[in-house]
Amino acid sequence: MKMTKLAVAFTATMLAAGPTLAETLHFPSLSYRTGPFAAGGIPFADGYSDYLTLINERDGGIGGVPIRQTECETAYNTERGVECYQSIRGDNPLVIQPLSTGITYQLIPRTMEDGIPMHTMGYGRTSAVNGEVFNWTFNYPGTYWDGASVIINYLLGENDGSLEGKKIALLYHNSAYGREPIPTLERLAERHGYQFLSIGVDSPGQEQGSQWLQIRRERPDYVLMWGWGVMNPTAIQEAANIRFPMENFIGVWWSGSQQDVRPVGQGAHGYKALAMHGTGTNYPIYEDMQRYVIEPGKYAGTGEEVGTVLYSRGMYAAMLAVEAAKKAQEIHGVAAITPAMMRDGMANLEITEELMAELGLPNFGPAFSVSCQNHGGSGAAMIQQWDANAGEWNLITDWIESDRDMIMEMVMEDSAAFAAENNIEPSCLN
Amino acid sequence: MLYREAGDFKTSYVADSQTFPIKFDRFGYYAILAIAFLGIPLVINDYWANSIVVPFLIYTIAALGLNILIGYCGQLSLGTGAFMAVGAYGSYKLMTAFPELNIIFVIIAAGVITAGVGVLFGLPSLRIKGFYLAVATLAAQFFLIWLFTRQAWFYNYSPTGMISAPTREVFGFPVTGPRASAVSMYMICLCFLVASAWLARNLTRGTLGRQWMAIRDMDIAAEIIGVNPLMAKLTAFAVSSFLIGISGALLFTVYLGAAEAGEAFGIDKSFLVLFMVIIGGLGSIFGAFAGAAFLIVGPVMLKLLLVNTLGWPTDLAAHLEIMIIGALILVFLIVEPHGIAALWRTIKEKLRLWPFPY
Repeated sequence: MKMTKLAVAFTATMLAAGPTLAETLHFPSLSYRTGPFAAGGIPFADGYSDYLTLINERDGGIGGVPIRQTECETAYNTERGVECYQSIRGDNPLVIQPLSTGITYQLIPRTMEDGIPMHTMGYGRTSAVNGEVFNWTFNYPGTYWDGASVIINYLLGENDGSLEGKKIALLYHNSAYGREPIPTLERLAERHGYQFLSIGVDSPGQEQGSQWLQIRRERPDYVLMWGWGVMNPTAIQEAANIRFPMENFIGVWWSGSQQDVRPVGQGAHGYKALAMHGTGTNYPIYEDMQRYVIEPGKYAGTGEEVGTVLYSRGMYAAMLAVEAAKKAQEIHGVAAITPAMMRDGMANLEITEELMAELGLPNFGPAFSVSCQNHGGSGAAMIQQWDANAGEWNLITDWIESDRDMIMEMVMEDSAAFAAENNIEPSCLN
Repeated sequence: MLYREAGDFKTSYVADSQTFPIKFDRFGYYAILAIAFLGIPLVINDYWANSIVVPFLIYTIAALGLNILIGYCGQLSLGTGAFMAVGAYGSYKLMTAFPELNIIFVIIAAGVITAGVGVLFGLPSLRIKGFYLAVATLAAQFFLIWLFTRQAWFYNYSPTGMISAPTREVFGFPVTGPRASAVSMYMICLCFLVASAWLARNLTRGTLGRQWMAIRDMDIAAEIIGVNPLMAKLTAFAVSSFLIGISGALLFTVYLGAAEAGEAFGIDKSFLVLFMVIIGGLGSIFGAFAGAAFLIVGPVMLKLLLVNTLGWPTDLAAHLEIMIIGALILVFLIVEPHGIAALWRTIKEKLRLWPFPY
């Protein structure tokens, strides 16, 4: 009897997985609310979902078509990520956002084959900037290589334009994600004459004793960090333990959220990180968010993450996705867009300061436009610093440009290698 | 009634020593093979192939390999993940160095390379046993993963250290890369699995298998009756690593498409395959299938039930999944400490007497 019931349930599941509900826009979320990276995955997923809920509640969807959200747990694990992708790919997903560089590498060839656009916002494969090779992959508004270059440009500014003789260490998560900036930093080291040192931390990153011993011995002037999940607070704690000057410790945008610095308390005061967008709840959009999502209790998760850096990032990702969908509707004149139309919307996306102000997020992110030759946006970022007394992140610089010429040169080399490996003839889709 | 040997006469030694001496079993086996080769390819869809069937087939090969080492030869190993990585990186280097080479030979060659590496790391087994050997193989796990993440030659100097499998075809059908269809992926994994299971079954009931079992049961006694422990232990390591290498190569080329040693072949993979062997049943070919089915298909089914059918939040479902699988492992091992294979054996004994048990 029991077995029959189970069998019926499974059959029902497999049947239910098939049909698509007409006239909805499917925005899947590949999230991770469990595992060692959940601290970063939860706020992002909440922000992403809350913004889409807001659009549904306030505007009745995009162009009159309601948004349908689905969520799949990947636990930051590539095999489960692929499983998630397989389960949603037949369901007209408009855009895939895996929030994991490892899963991105798995999905780039698959999404190309299936014709599903993928947005890897500030992560993933940097050379996807070259839209002639990576037709279906977008990584605006910035990439890891931009991030590395922005940090070096910031440090150049701090040191009167010269890093000659300085020693810069990179503490990285020993995965595809953490290794991404190494070539950029090595190339910049040749140009600016600093000594570069890369120190890997094995996943998940709770063990960093020997790495910090090495940092103590090598005495670098600056330590950069490409960390994620549990690795971030551990590294900041270790830095505080060896009394490393916090203002010389700079994380990438994935290593700079409240969840990373709060556990260290006072010791984290002065820690810096890149910011690809603004943070906090001082934006007009939060009035609507409060009214339509939070007060009626329609928020995702526990609602505790609202306004944190990673929540803002999830919201930003959703905002860019919604704007791309609007653009796609405008281009094709159809309200119920398909993934292929969504791609066109993403490839012609234009974010201006006026548009952001109109959306209730003035000066939140950089103004940029996407083109076939440039899927990577502007590449500009700001530097933010943690104030442990007030418990908030403060932006201490304006937008800093990256060294785009050098990055585009590297992008061309890497994407050409990818194109050759996979027999792709570089060309624009539209 | 149905399941009995009465009236099933054997007239030759070959017939008497076949793998499935009972007619009902034998026809069941043929039927399963026919369904697997002819029936499933007609109905399989992408989701089933990619999420359930292909990983199940691949991990079964790994479990078969580890079962030879632990279940038949009694040598404890925690280096399975690393040996799978050797298979994966071996196939990657061969695929990129010899683009013309057929993928089937690439995978077999990757298995051979892994066999060599396995023999090398099996050498300590000649001096140490049991838990001490487990620690020595653990060293293999950490050393090999370190090698694959830190030595750029292994991943062709790609800036991220990821390896990705280019498209390769068998008889004109792409089996690796994004263009591979569900059926072609399923068929290549199935062919390798059937060949591996056939190899494992026939090795374990032949001279070599008897030597392994003699070493497992009491190595000194085995040596006294003329079993060469050096040969027996090293062949066990070689055959086991060969199969694990093949499964690693398939996991990378056919299933994942892109991989990174630390993430895809970490210590948790070693434990996963070890648990498959323990839950399935040590020293049993069927046990490898049962263990892999339990640990690969079980979690996906639970996820489908909890998230897609019942609509529970994904994080709650993910946590519950861990708890339920953990509890099921405990229950299984309490009810039947020798694994699912022993349970199956008991059922078969009961079936022989059914419906008139004495």
